[in-house]
Amino acid sequence: MASQTGPRDEPLTSTAGQPVGRVRFMDAQRVNLDGFAKEEPGLGLIALRSPNDPEPGLVISAGRVVELDGVAEDSFDAIDAYIARHGIDLEAAGEAMGLSDVEFARRLVSPDVPRAEIVRLSAGATPAKLARVLALLRPAELGQAMTKLRARRTPSNQAHVTNRLDDPLLLAADSATAAAFGFREIETTVPVLADAPSNAVACLIGAAVGAQGVLFQCSVEEALELELGMRGLTSYAETVSLYGTEQVFVDGDDTPWSKAFLTSAYASRGMKMRVSSGAGAEVLMAGAEGKSMLYLEARCVALARAIGAQGVQNGGIDGASVAASVPRGLRELMAENLMVMMRNLESCSGNDALMSESDMRRTSRTLPIVLAGSDFMFSGFGSIQRYDNMFGPSNFNAEDIDDFLAMQRDWGIDGGLRTVPAERIEALRRNAAQACRSVYRHLGLVDFTDEHVELAVDAAGSKDLGETDTLAVVSAAQAIREGGLTVLDVVAALDETGYEDEAERIMAMTRARLAGDYLQTSAIFDEALGVLSLVTDPNDYAGPGTGYEPSAQRLREINAIRQERGVEDLRAEQARFATSLLEPAGQAPSGQDPRDVVIGVSPAVGRDVWRCLSGMTVTAVLAELLAGLEEEGCIGRLVRFNDTVDLGRIGLAAARLAGSGIGIGLQGKGTALIHRRDLAPLANLELYSVAPSVTPELYRLLGANAARHARGGTPDPARNPYSDEAIEARYHTTVIALMALERAWVKPGAAPEELSQKGLR
Amino acid sequence: MTGEPMVRALSGREVGELTLEAVRGGELSVADLRIHPETLERQAAVATAHANPQLAENLRRAAELTRLPDEEVLAIYDALRPGRSTPEQLTGLAADLAERGLPRCAALLAEAAEVYARRGLSA
Repeated sequence: MASQTGPRDEPLTSTAGQPVGRVRFMDAQRVNLDGFAKEEPGLGLIALRSPNDPEPGLVISAGRVVELDGVAEDSFDAIDAYIARHGIDLEAAGEAMGLSDVEFARRLVSPDVPRAEIVRLSAGATPAKLARVLALLRPAELGQAMTKLRARRTPSNQAHVTNRLDDPLLLAADSATAAAFGFREIETTVPVLADAPSNAVACLIGAAVGAQGVLFQCSVEEALELELGMRGLTSYAETVSLYGTEQVFVDGDDTPWSKAFLTSAYASRGMKMRVSSGAGAEVLMAGAEGKSMLYLEARCVALARAIGAQGVQNGGIDGASVAASVPRGLRELMAENLMVMMRNLESCSGNDALMSESDMRRTSRTLPIVLAGSDFMFSGFGSIQRYDNMFGPSNFNAEDIDDFLAMQRDWGIDGGLRTVPAERIEALRRNAAQACRSVYRHLGLVDFTDEHVELAVDAAGSKDLGETDTLAVVSAAQAIREGGLTVLDVVAALDETGYEDEAERIMAMTRARLAGDYLQTSAIFDEALGVLSLVTDPNDYAGPGTGYEPSAQRLREINAIRQERGVEDLRAEQARFATSLLEPAGQAPSGQDPRDVVIGVSPAVGRDVWRCLSGMTVTAVLAELLAGLEEEGCIGRLVRFNDTVDLGRIGLAAARLAGSGIGIGLQGKGTALIHRRDLAPLANLELYSVAPSVTPELYRLLGANAARHARGGTPDPARNPYSDEAIEARYHTTVIALMALERAWVKPGAAPEELSQKGLR
Repeated sequence: MTGEPMVRALSGREVGELTLEAVRGGELSVADLRIHPETLERQAAVATAHANPQLAENLRRAAELTRLPDEEVLAIYDALRPGRSTPEQLTGLAADLAERGLPRCAALLAEAAEVYARRGLSA
């Protein structure tokens, strides 16, 4: 290309110094807003294996670990030390470390090796060993292993519920909405830390309105988060961060021992808790020590197990886009989740940070996990719009809920979500906003107006609320915190303001939590407050025909998205456009007049089919065709053919009936052509095949051209309008239903009938 | 489920008594919402039986911590953060907890004191 020059050695392009148009066009695509990093092991910018990662190794002497992944005991950093003392099952260690990496990897994938066996072996493996093993799995193998190794049989999903204003009524309405969509955990956070207690109360109320048994957390600074939990306002926590190097751990103002203690502190107050880690955190802090992301995460996950956490939120999290910027980064993110499952812990599988500007890349990142199934597919699906997500946009957000519901249905998998009818969403949102308003008023926190309630009910996001009194929220939060308000106060306020059912729901949840069953690995409540966990609902996948499969009822729920339509829906829709026009006017005779052009229509026209795919009525289309014929000096006749739905045959039969030998064929859906009596059935003179895009002007042109053909002319043929949209995706289901309606009127051998033109023009 | 032991709150109140009626009567307090150490011990046994001895150990430490007030729990957490305590302070705290019948938490603090001293994480 560079050698192409003009006569005077000047470039032919007008954009000297710029790439050619094809490349400029590619540059302008959204994926090129993403950053892509060269692998750089020194900075930790390497996904699966760095030259600086240690060789896996374990030396045990007198019942204690004296060397871990090449580091001798007296050189253990705090992370090594904690893992060495508490994180390795010495009984399984010899066998686990003795297995070749490939053999270990094969066992992860093989349906013949049960999950329990992988759990036993993994407990004896060091971080470097598991990193080496997982680096061997290819994408489909990661998926297969995930299906087998996740702890809970039934997959589930978590939602983010936040907004820019910390508006309590909107939080309550959005929590109710998220709960109704099927999310079993709701996580909120704040743009203004002081608002946290108010957010906790609002979301608690909203979730109770939406569904029974939804777990709820308020992700804020650790001491405040624990305090909210101690008052019963929240029911789990997950932002207890772990890091893969000692330096970054200490920079985060914690140690493995402080985190172990915090883990016990949560359990001592009866709160479910998981820790949080993931690739990229150390890289962003310039503290990766040259190690691969997978190895550092292997240390975090080993530590998570060692300190006694029941689960881990990982898969990049805040650093997801760091992992995504390097080669094989998405494999690394998925391997992180899988490692958690191997360590017999709950996986809350990331997908909670927008890792690309490209819809394709972000879908490519998430889809394998959704297909494989995880304890939580997302550690925060943004159930609100991107701009309201105070964690930063999630990889999927409110913009994507319908896409996700369609993906569940496409693959027949359970992503944890379900369709909620529009009327139910409205009713729940109103109930939640009103209940929240009543509680805030009853407790003397804020007196919200009726108008504010209605705005929150209708809002698609906080921008729809207009100006709100954000200072009132801060004051309410302060009063909640300083007044020592507990869940009992919220329950009493709900009860006293007429929300007895919601009050009872929260009390039932409080009772259920005291049994402690939900502190076990991967525990969620179902909507009858039964606990589903590693203990009560263990994953029993062992190949095809085993493991989780949506129940018949759940499958109906997954399938019945609100956009689904059947033939009867279409029949009813068509009937709304029915008129008394196009009355039959007897058997259609052969025409003698050379100006006679027959417009042949399909069997259901004037009966069940009244509206074309373009949105024009069939009668309007016919009026245009007739007008076009007339403009060019011909006379149109309408004839319905009752023995075929095939447009070529209808057009040819129309031509043979016409005095001019020219016919127009029109199917009810709007496809049209010009035919001549001496042509083969599948031939034609002109054709509009893309019915949804045909305009009135084009139909008129087709009529005029038919007349020109009738008069022996050679008109410039009408052309199909072009569209780059997914026309087939949009209309094929309707086409199938329309053709079914047409087919139902077909009578073999039935004669064509003339239709009245009365009232058409 | 039948045969399950009765669940009590930390206050000793049976879970079945945590009703809306009781809320209306103003009978309940935060202690009625708190988990009982026996419940945590029972869950620890379940965790052991499901191949997670570390989770079991955590739940047993938690059972011990049910005896401490919130402020003290938060204070110990803070003492364990890097650079907050001298090794002596941590071993002292550990001894105190051991004496008050929290041996597992005491062991955690004693171990921290030792590692912190070696890794420069002490005050």
